Amino acid sequence: MKYLSNVTTLKYTRDTCTGCGRCVEVCPQRVFEMRDKRAAITDRDQCMECGACALNCEFGAITVNSGVGCAAAIINSMVTGGPPTCDCSDNSAGCCG
Amino acid sequence: MQTLTFVKREVPYWTTGTVATPAGPVFRISTEWTRADTWGMVRSRTGAYRLNYAVTPGLYAIGNPADDSDVFVTANYKLTFDMLRRELKGMNAWVLVLDTKSINVWCAAGKGTFGADELIKRIADAKLDAVVKHRRIILPQLGAVGVNASVVQKKTGFRVIFGPVQACDIPAYVQAGYKKTKEMGTIRFSMLDRLVLTPMEINPAMKKFPWVAGGILLIFGLQPQGLLFKQAWLGGLPFLILALLAVFAGALVTPVFLPFVPFRSFAIKGWIVGVLSVFLALRFFEPVSTRDPILLIVAYLLFPALSSYIALQFTGSTTFTGMSGVKKELRIGIPLYIGAACLSLLLMTVYKLKEWGFV
Repeated sequence: MKYLSNVTTLKYTRDTCTGCGRCVEVCPQRVFEMRDKRAAITDRDQCMECGACALNCEFGAITVNSGVGCAAAIINSMVTGGPPTCDCSDNSAGCCG
Repeated sequence: MQTLTFVKREVPYWTTGTVATPAGPVFRISTEWTRADTWGMVRSRTGAYRLNYAVTPGLYAIGNPADDSDVFVTANYKLTFDMLRRELKGMNAWVLVLDTKSINVWCAAGKGTFGADELIKRIADAKLDAVVKHRRIILPQLGAVGVNASVVQKKTGFRVIFGPVQACDIPAYVQAGYKKTKEMGTIRFSMLDRLVLTPMEINPAMKKFPWVAGGILLIFGLQPQGLLFKQAWLGGLPFLILALLAVFAGALVTPVFLPFVPFRSFAIKGWIVGVLSVFLALRFFEPVSTRDPILLIVAYLLFPALSSYIALQFTGSTTFTGMSGVKKELRIGIPLYIGAACLSLLLMTVYKLKEWGFV
């Protein structure tokens, strides 16, 4: 299953990559693969901006504006002005299972 | 002192004795599920029970682990913990439970509670460097959202290995010499996976349903001579059924049949299923209210929009929707939802004025 195309904020700079392979190890959507001893993006639209790759890239080759892709959380953040989080669980039993 | 507090602690039913470690005895955990575990899963999958469904954080033993046994790190949401221990049957290993406030690995990693700081603290508290002589710990892959592996290594000396996404792949992963296949590293999201998530879509929506129902009955019951129960019931019933169908179209049918409903946008998927359900309902039940074209327009305007809005909420439970995409949907969707609601209210006002003979 794929979500909307051309919306992800994922940015990858091949020149900074050292080929350690962490991004391939952590991406649950197979956005990265190793090509010629460096990481390469397979399909950007598979990215769901979880941020695992950027957090674990020691060399700063990856950036992504990560956050929760949850409508309730984003609506909450629009109302309260804070960042979208999963903390919508005060009385509604929460969104996170 | 350590031993004293330990003895005082209540012994959980899923333990089978203790194992001595340099940091004091730790519980050995059973790899079998009991009826209590299954019942706990059902309760936490359907309601607020999940909020306090927790395991005490810290180190646990599986079988008879030694100083060369693997260390698996997990969250303290009991359901997550249960799924892990069930898969470790027959193994000798250590399980390090982080305090994620009874939230699963992925969501906790997103919040930062399944994070490097907590992991570093738990490694120190358990004296893991004395418990095992190797320097590697295996984390669930989705924990990578919150754990910076290089920070953990610098602070503790332990090398973080991100294992399979799902606990059920751990035995095969270990057998293969800690090699992940592509499948082990990818999130699956089957129809069954989606189905078990739907109670948490339906329940919150149904909590708000009395308000919707009250509003519908009020509008239909309102007459020049006051609130008439008969009018409210006869006129309002078809709309009540349509509203109920919209909830199930958005919270159950759309999630379960997600890949089969056309378009990638959840709002459009929900709207399509919503239109379909209104169409089928009007065909099969022939509700009385369709005698007026205004009501027919409202039915097609309001209820698919409701279904669409509810379907959009499912983005919070999926494995492949990102923040930028959901934001885009909301930017376009919310004005349309508000527009549909306002227009419906306007049309209902016209309908009421006609009914009362003012127009």
